[in-house]
Amino acid sequence: MTDHALLGPQYRRPNLRECLESLTIHGPLVSITAGWQEREGEIEELRAHVSMPVSDLGLYARAEHVHAADPTLASATRERQDRLQELQDLYRVRLAALMGAVAELTAESGASPALRRARLSALGDVRRLDRQHLMATQREHGNFVRHWQPGRRPSLVPHLETLREAIERASAVLIAGGHVAVLLNRLRLFGIATLARGKPLIAWSAGAMAVSDRVVLFHDRPPQGAAHAEVLEEGLGLVPGVVLLPHAHVRLALDDAGRVREFARRFAPAKCLTLEHGSVLRWHRGRLVAARDVRRLARSGRVADMQA
Amino acid sequence: MSGPLAQLLTAGPPDGAALDAFIAEHDIPLVYREGVTFLYRGEADGVFLRMFISGLPAAQPLERVEGSDLWLLKLSLPAGSRFEYKFEVKRDGATTWITDPLNPIRAADPFGVNSVCQGFGYLPPEWTLPDGSARAGSFEEFAIDSRHLGRRPVQLYLPARFRRTRRYPLLVLHDGTDYLRYAGLKSVLDNLVHRLEIPPLIVALIDSPDRLHEYVGLDAHADFLVEELVPAVAARVPLDPDPAARGAMGASLGSVASLHAAWRHPGSFGRLLLQSGSFAFTDIGENRRGPVFEPVVRFMNAFRARPGRPAERIYVSCGIYESLIYENRSLVPLLTEHRMQVRYEEARDGHNWQNWRDRLRAGLTFLFPGPLWMVYE
Repeated sequence: MTDHALLGPQYRRPNLRECLESLTIHGPLVSITAGWQEREGEIEELRAHVSMPVSDLGLYARAEHVHAADPTLASATRERQDRLQELQDLYRVRLAALMGAVAELTAESGASPALRRARLSALGDVRRLDRQHLMATQREHGNFVRHWQPGRRPSLVPHLETLREAIERASAVLIAGGHVAVLLNRLRLFGIATLARGKPLIAWSAGAMAVSDRVVLFHDRPPQGAAHAEVLEEGLGLVPGVVLLPHAHVRLALDDAGRVREFARRFAPAKCLTLEHGSVLRWHRGRLVAARDVRRLARSGRVADMQA
Repeated sequence: MSGPLAQLLTAGPPDGAALDAFIAEHDIPLVYREGVTFLYRGEADGVFLRMFISGLPAAQPLERVEGSDLWLLKLSLPAGSRFEYKFEVKRDGATTWITDPLNPIRAADPFGVNSVCQGFGYLPPEWTLPDGSARAGSFEEFAIDSRHLGRRPVQLYLPARFRRTRRYPLLVLHDGTDYLRYAGLKSVLDNLVHRLEIPPLIVALIDSPDRLHEYVGLDAHADFLVEELVPAVAARVPLDPDPAARGAMGASLGSVASLHAAWRHPGSFGRLLLQSGSFAFTDIGENRRGPVFEPVVRFMNAFRARPGRPAERIYVSCGIYESLIYENRSLVPLLTEHRMQVRYEEARDGHNWQNWRDRLRAGLTFLFPGPLWMVYE
């Protein structure tokens, strides 16, 4: 097992360079910026910040090329995405109803055993739905790989070879944030979890979410719509047992003990960890060994500094 | 009477120094949960609050505190309210309208400057204020030689990190310069895009040299938007052709122009943002809003008889202190009955630019939801 590090947002006050130094990584590096979509590969600021050679793997553009060259795979991918979208929409409908029950029971005054059991049971229903949704999306991805075997398709193989060589030459792989679903989609398509095995990996924001084992979308104060955190799908699972929350101080009502409690209990036993500017989480041989400027949403409703 | 002021006045007419000290220590007008007290100091034969709230008398007199140059008026005002006003001061047969000398909060519009009364709990939304951390969009200007309207300048707002390799939604904005000057549009767009609450979008800002003619349901104006403006913008910057990625918006008569263009050219604008629309109509009787509204009434009567489906999604807002509240409320069921998704919002505010500014987030995020849920940078 290798060292991995997860960071908070790198916009404006980056700490990537400091992190690389602490891991004694001196380059060259490869970056994955597929989450930036059409801005993929615009890494001049990143290069200037780390002061070492960085080349971008161009996964977003490569996926476009693969789909252009392989209409069958493109069509199958679109259909899968449609099914995943439908699953997400249906999950959202059911989630709204279950979260409504949680909210209603939480608002009930009293402390009778029946009310306590009802509250626990309502949250249990949500956790069950989250698990069902995760399994449904896993099935969808599993079926897709079994049926279409993207890693063996002539449209993809040359890219995989190029990527393997580029990653082998690099001393670490960087995964930037951005659109988490787009990023995850490209990471999966090119089997980055396999290609990058054995390499130190430094990921931030959406990149950090994507390498965890469960991607949770969240915002307590969106301008429209309900604010129920949603499970999207499983991530690459390179850093298991955590739900990662970039920009939590903006996106979550961390001063609302009730919401914090509900969030932490819903996703337990995973640790729900904030990733802000300056945050660092380090894994060594599969164990979380260091945490700086990271806070944990506790089941008590408190938000406490995280100790590794 | 509010507590501190009542205390000041209980011992009889306050002297000038005591009043000066009181005013220096307090925000004027005095705002409390149930209402507001206006203060004016000066020699006058009469002082009146001239406020722009439909349903209340246009002028309300302040009462002089015997033996002093202090004038007072207490008004009930629901929490969260906001309205604009002036003082009318009568002296020696002359009448002057002035902003409140004791209230530094002002709002500008094309006709000048008003004082602003911010009721209990009202705060300008933080997303309307310039945010140094938000990436700034830019402007590009060009002109169209329109066969419908003659030469027309256009300002294009391009979002931060604009790329020619990407296709953008387009929003056509009536009275664009006024939105920039009086409704903080640039900061609002920069902030909402930066916060991912709306997608990066292009805004075409247009102005009219004669809006009382062009914005009242003029076919030539609608044709200009659809046949000339949108194609000209599309030739300069990459646009998403989906009607869901095309919007038109405006305030007051600008709303009428937006609705009219979408109605005359169905499928052209899938999104409409209509603020305090001057949607005058006559189900029965005559138009009583004056000759300027004759063409508006003709259009609105025709629209109400045969609305069709000018857009898929429409945001409508109006201040409850506006005379247009009835017309706007009347529009909502008509739109929903014809299968349009409508978000309707009322505010305790009047027919003014800061009201329209304060509703931009709700309107824009409803019509053009951003990637907030999916993007973590």
